[in-house]
Amino acid sequence: MALTDLSLLQLSEQLHNKKVTSREATEAQLARVAKVDPKIHAYLHVDREGALAMADAADARIRNGNKLGPLDGIPFALKDLFNQEGTETTAASKILKGYVSPYDATVVKRLKAAGAVLLGKLNLDEFAMGSSTENSAFGPTFNPWDLSRTPGGSSGGSSAAVAARLCAGALGTDTGGSIRQPAALCGVVGLKPTYGRVSRYGVVAFASSLDQVGPMARTTADCAAILQVIAGDDPCDSTSSRRPVPNFSEPLEAGVKGLKLGVPREYFVSGMDPEVERAVRAAIAEYEKLGATIVEVNLPHTQYAVSCYYLIATAEASSNLARYDGVKYGHRTADPKGLLDMYARTREEGFGAEVKRRILLGTYALSAGYYDAYYLRAQKVRTLIRRDFDAAFEKVDAIVTPTSPTAAFKIGEKMSDPIQMYLNDIFTLSCNLASLPGMSLPCGFTSSGLPIGLQLLGKPWDEAQLLRIARAYEREHDWATRAPPEVA
Amino acid sequence: MKLGLPEVRHVAKLARLNLSEAEERALGEQLSAILGHVEQLQALDVSNVPPMTHASQEPTRLREDEVVPGFSAEQAVSNAPAHLGTAVAVPKIIE
Repeated sequence: MALTDLSLLQLSEQLHNKKVTSREATEAQLARVAKVDPKIHAYLHVDREGALAMADAADARIRNGNKLGPLDGIPFALKDLFNQEGTETTAASKILKGYVSPYDATVVKRLKAAGAVLLGKLNLDEFAMGSSTENSAFGPTFNPWDLSRTPGGSSGGSSAAVAARLCAGALGTDTGGSIRQPAALCGVVGLKPTYGRVSRYGVVAFASSLDQVGPMARTTADCAAILQVIAGDDPCDSTSSRRPVPNFSEPLEAGVKGLKLGVPREYFVSGMDPEVERAVRAAIAEYEKLGATIVEVNLPHTQYAVSCYYLIATAEASSNLARYDGVKYGHRTADPKGLLDMYARTREEGFGAEVKRRILLGTYALSAGYYDAYYLRAQKVRTLIRRDFDAAFEKVDAIVTPTSPTAAFKIGEKMSDPIQMYLNDIFTLSCNLASLPGMSLPCGFTSSGLPIGLQLLGKPWDEAQLLRIARAYEREHDWATRAPPEVA
Repeated sequence: MKLGLPEVRHVAKLARLNLSEAEERALGEQLSAILGHVEQLQALDVSNVPPMTHASQEPTRLREDEVVPGFSAEQAVSNAPAHLGTAVAVPKIIE
């Protein structure tokens, strides 16, 4: 087995037992990136020197018996939405090309303090707006399982890199499914924590009432180890929670005997790929065999989630993205005729089509005369969606659904029709609207060899329970060890 | 809800976003289609439903008003497209 095929925790154990050094692991990882990534385009920047320096520092600690924890010496990568001091942070937008972060995001600071070796920055849809990574200003990422297909999005660089063994683990962000959907489409594990569990300080903002940072890796145990490092109170983010962070790894092997799992009727709708439905139904049946009780639940406002989300997310985005005006950082248009002309032309030149579409939709939803009919109404519908989950969680411990209605779609297939692209997120959006934790894990393949994702949704702050439920299924299968044949 | 060119131009102006004529036409059609879809929300009775104005159900936290180290002025302007010393430079604001 190649070093790069090891899971994060397997590699960590080898580092601990001094069977391999972090420099060896990092060099093997960088060599694989150099060889394979030209086909995948998961990375926007690779920081070879920085990574090797971090690897050597980890090796010195390990030699002296001072290994910091499971992430020490592990080759790791970041969605290019995270500020890492001294590296370019672009959010895959032309408007931030050349921007060099003067500070570390809190989660980056924590990863560094845990000894992670940061290899570079991963591709995404511009400002995390999209479901396919095709909206990157620097070109799309290709799905390692089928290079003619998208890896999902917006954290498609992260999911493709983890699947193609181009890093042992990665961070993504999830505003409406941007960790879970690409994890599903690339056959990896991704977890979106409860709103407030992880600090967003230093993470480029898209929609602040929905954004959350989370881990992506090849196993649930790897995700638990990463979440342990990044979770918890941060005085720099007033939305981060001060509640204690539990041990996410400890209950992993406890199984599902006695747990109640809800299956929402509204998530099995027409339009779903029959192969996806079959795989998800089989996983649910398996949970029953493993000792869980399956309970049908209702989430009656599911059909309104897409509309609700695309009003709230775009309204918040239009406000958050007002900061890109050519003044303090990023692109500025040449020879502006006054200040207003500078703003309007800088933004015209710097933003891509999807970002412009969302800024305009959000501006419209917030504008005088339309605020009540669109934004305020969407916020009320958000309450109804949240109440659906509150009621369901009175009956069950967690909810099981498909992550995405289809497996990975072709590059270009949905780009001409924004509504089709938005509707693809139908199963993942509600989790963000209700501020819940959610995760996706592999549950099989289509007949043409594309991964299928199973989604678990939990009560607020119940990440440990979700990881445990995911692990109960994961340990019955070998999905995590399967590598994409196209990039073998 | 159909968004014509005058409305598209008005919203673009509010957003401080220049658009080409081709973009104005395409965005008018796309935004009209999206607004047509979200029209479904009008069918719900939300008269007695409070808006969800906070994503977190935890109380808003406050911190002590203490001075902590921040960026130096040089760091703060290091990414500005134009600066004069430690000041960000912009085109003339008052004509």
